[in-house]
Amino acid sequence: MSIGHALLGLLEGGPRHGYDLKRSYDERFGQDRPLHYGQVYSTLSRLLKNGLVTEAGVEAGDGPERKRYAITDAGVTDVERWLSTPEKPEPYLQNTLYAKVVLALLSGRSATEVLDAQRAAHLTTMRELTKRKVDGDLADQLICDFALFHLEADLRWLELTAARLDQLAVEVTR
Amino acid sequence: MSLLKAEGLFKSFGKTHALDGADISIRAGEVVAVMGPSGSGKSTLLHCIAGILPPDKGTVHYSGQDLTAMNDSKRSELRRTEFGFVFQFGQLVPELTCLENVALPLRLSGMKRKDAERASRDWLARLEVDGVADQRPGETSGGQGQRVAVARALVTRPKVIFADEPTGALDSLNGERVMHLLTTAARETGAAVVLVTHEPRVAAYSDREVVVRDGRSRDVEFAR
Ligand SMILES: Nc1ncnc2c1ncn2[C@@H]1O[C@H](COP(=O)(O)OP(=O)(O)O)[C@@H](O)[C@H]1O
Ligand SMILES: [Mg+2]
Repeated sequence: MSIGHALLGLLEGGPRHGYDLKRSYDERFGQDRPLHYGQVYSTLSRLLKNGLVTEAGVEAGDGPERKRYAITDAGVTDVERWLSTPEKPEPYLQNTLYAKVVLALLSGRSATEVLDAQRAAHLTTMRELTKRKVDGDLADQLICDFALFHLEADLRWLELTAARLDQLAVEVTR
Repeated sequence: MSLLKAEGLFKSFGKTHALDGADISIRAGEVVAVMGPSGSGKSTLLHCIAGILPPDKGTVHYSGQDLTAMNDSKRSELRRTEFGFVFQFGQLVPELTCLENVALPLRLSGMKRKDAERASRDWLARLEVDGVADQRPGETSGGQGQRVAVARALVTRPKVIFADEPTGALDSLNGERVMHLLTTAARETGAAVVLVTHEPRVAAYSDREVVVRDGRSRDVEFAR
């Protein structure tokens, strides 16, 4: 899961403080693994250095938690690219894919396109595995089948999510 | 260059819009998976492009001829000579042996019994079910029956094979075997395959996929 992209995606809704971002991230994506403050601030300072966010006002007092951050045009382009590039098909993508779908919905982009691109990438990998399996010996078949069943599970999740997008859109934007 | 091209298909059953502006384009010899959730219109799309069901609106061109403008006898002639069909089940004639089932399309085209049965035996062997040649479909296993059905679809050397959930009633192992044999035979004979399936592992035997959702299809090749 790319925390930087997720934070950028959340910043598309408007400038925010670091602690605010962390809370929002944990609430939406951090069920198993909430972010540490340190992670949030080191990620933000990297985004700042790369010109993907800017400081948008500092409140009185000191410490990083006083700063508000805003996404830049370059940051928006970066989110755009992340959302439209399918993940390399491999197991345990659910958190990243879920975050992409939610952030696409939050920003008014097409979540269907995110899911379609991912389905195509998964099927391409499944085709390669199927070819290897068909041309291979029993050991190849068993190894490829293991990966194929896992990718198939991802695809079933993609389909189910596609069928529930309207409902999810209502919930995330509430 | 597409062999089969359908454009702007609409089809309703009462108030249900089964097809709502579907496009698809199939090139000679390619294996295309038609995917999508249950009820999305996959079977209706297949029936329309195979000339089984007339669309309410839209055109279907096969090799330069407009299927929707043909009369029924011309269309069924085309189906018999150019197309092959494999469905989920119930396509073999229960009273005939498996060999006679495979030979049936050849006999209907006027081929002599001996020649038809020789060709059919070859196809049963290619699909690794020559052992059930003299049994009736009811006496075979599901996997064997589907292979006989595939042999029957291929025996006329069709240009397009339409397969609607051909592995839907089979377990994984038998399903994979049927897919392997079907796609291998189709590639060897140069037949295109339109494969309707909601199973990703089955779709993985294809060259590309077309996704149907709410009666609309997304065919990235169509625009080319
Ligand atoms: N002969 C029919 N009469 C009435 N409704 C039908 C008929 N065939 C299909 N439908 C309806 O049209 C829609 C699409 O069906 P179908 O093409 O069979 O979908 P799929 O093959 O993707 O499951 C469904 O809502 C289905 O109930
Ligand atoms: Mg169907």
